[in-house]
Amino acid sequence: MSEKKGLNLTLKVWRQKGPKEAGRFETYSVSNISPDSSFLEMMDVLNEQLIVEGKDPVAFDHDCREGICGMCSLYINGHAHGPDEDVTTCQLHMRKFKDGETVTIEPWRSAGFPVIKDLIVDRSAFDKIMAAGGFISVNTGGVPDGNAIPIPKKDADEAMDAASCIGCGACVATCKNGSAMLFVAAKVSQLALLPQGRVEAARRAKSMVAKMDELGFGNCTNTGACEVECPKGISIANIARLNREFLLAKLQD
Amino acid sequence: MANIFSYSIGRKLLMSLSGLFLVMFLLVHLLVNSFLILDPLLGTAEGEMYNAGVHFMTTNPFIRIMEPILAGGFIVHIVYSIILTIQNMRARGSKTYASGNKTPDVEWSSKNMFVLGIALLSFLAIHIAQFWVKMKITGDPRLDYTVEGHNAYVLVHETFQITWVMICYVIGGIALAFHLSHGFWSAFHTVGLSNSIWIPRLQKISVVIAWIIGLGFSTIALVQYLVYPLS
Repeated sequence: MSEKKGLNLTLKVWRQKGPKEAGRFETYSVSNISPDSSFLEMMDVLNEQLIVEGKDPVAFDHDCREGICGMCSLYINGHAHGPDEDVTTCQLHMRKFKDGETVTIEPWRSAGFPVIKDLIVDRSAFDKIMAAGGFISVNTGGVPDGNAIPIPKKDADEAMDAASCIGCGACVATCKNGSAMLFVAAKVSQLALLPQGRVEAARRAKSMVAKMDELGFGNCTNTGACEVECPKGISIANIARLNREFLLAKLQD
Repeated sequence: MANIFSYSIGRKLLMSLSGLFLVMFLLVHLLVNSFLILDPLLGTAEGEMYNAGVHFMTTNPFIRIMEPILAGGFIVHIVYSIILTIQNMRARGSKTYASGNKTPDVEWSSKNMFVLGIALLSFLAIHIAQFWVKMKITGDPRLDYTVEGHNAYVLVHETFQITWVMICYVIGGIALAFHLSHGFWSAFHTVGLSNSIWIPRLQKISVVIAWIIGLGFSTIALVQYLVYPLS
């Protein structure tokens, strides 16, 4: 394997001690970062360096590090999850950066996601929206056969696409209106498209939208920025479906 | 049902329906305006068709009933745009991104609908003062009664000879085109009449309709100024 030249980078990182404290940017330098390493591995290198220097390491969210859990959440150089397409921050690799580049790392910004510490924001609002209606009720008993109810391929595919939303919050972070419509639309769609989800569909659409409004997320203006930055490429067609589900449900009241 | 407007999607529904209603009005308005340049093309007497159009619009009972409803449409669209924009700014939060927002492929007009709306509202104020107020309230010597009614053509024709007015109308038309190029398809999306197949179709239809309406108004003002100077 040929030896790749390590990257030397200047990092501008948002540091904030707590939710109520005023934050500020701190500038750090990291050197000899492998272009093959992931962005979070680069953050690990920075933190080890800070610990050796006796400083407080940078707090950031991460869990599976394989792009499926939705925990990582950094706003890097003007993009949620950084400059690569259809990936989460953990799947962003350092080969996307140039030697000598300055990298600005910020937390998600929106009224719905207050900063807890440094780059970690409180995304429990998404859990509250899910608890308001993002589920189906099933009777206990024997497990029904998976293919007992025939479902058109198109519906199954679209439901699966919607279900690939990992609830990371990149849509809210990107939206000029701080709107959570793409997330709520995906979570309503993944159930609304399937027969098992139809039972509670009307109630679900109304209560999830009500909860989203209550938690201070903005009103969607269909700019489509969310679907561009979404690491899972969730389509805004889901937002049209949510509008349809909600309006039809309200008309029946 | 009654509390639908307390939901975000309900408020957006109002924006979308009032917006589509205003687009219908614009199409009728553009049709009557097109008579301004049709008279010379068809060889009828100067202003004959246009004055007949204005006469119809001011005397037809259906149009008279629609007038206050139209005003209501404007008010709903403007008031709700202000409410929604304030809520959205609040939801965005006070902290902005130091590295900016570099999301590619986002339509410029979609991010600037409120600014475009303010530009259109300023234009509307000038437009109403120049024509509607004179035709309906204060009157104007140029509106001398003809056999059929107002001679609106002379008022319109003379007003368009003023350079700054013509520039205002051309810019107003272009601002309208940008506003509608996002607004039209977005209205369908908001009422749920859209899906992955129809989003690109609606977006294309939207651009075509927006520029026909916007450039239509601009062109009529420009033609009045350039091609038919005061005789």
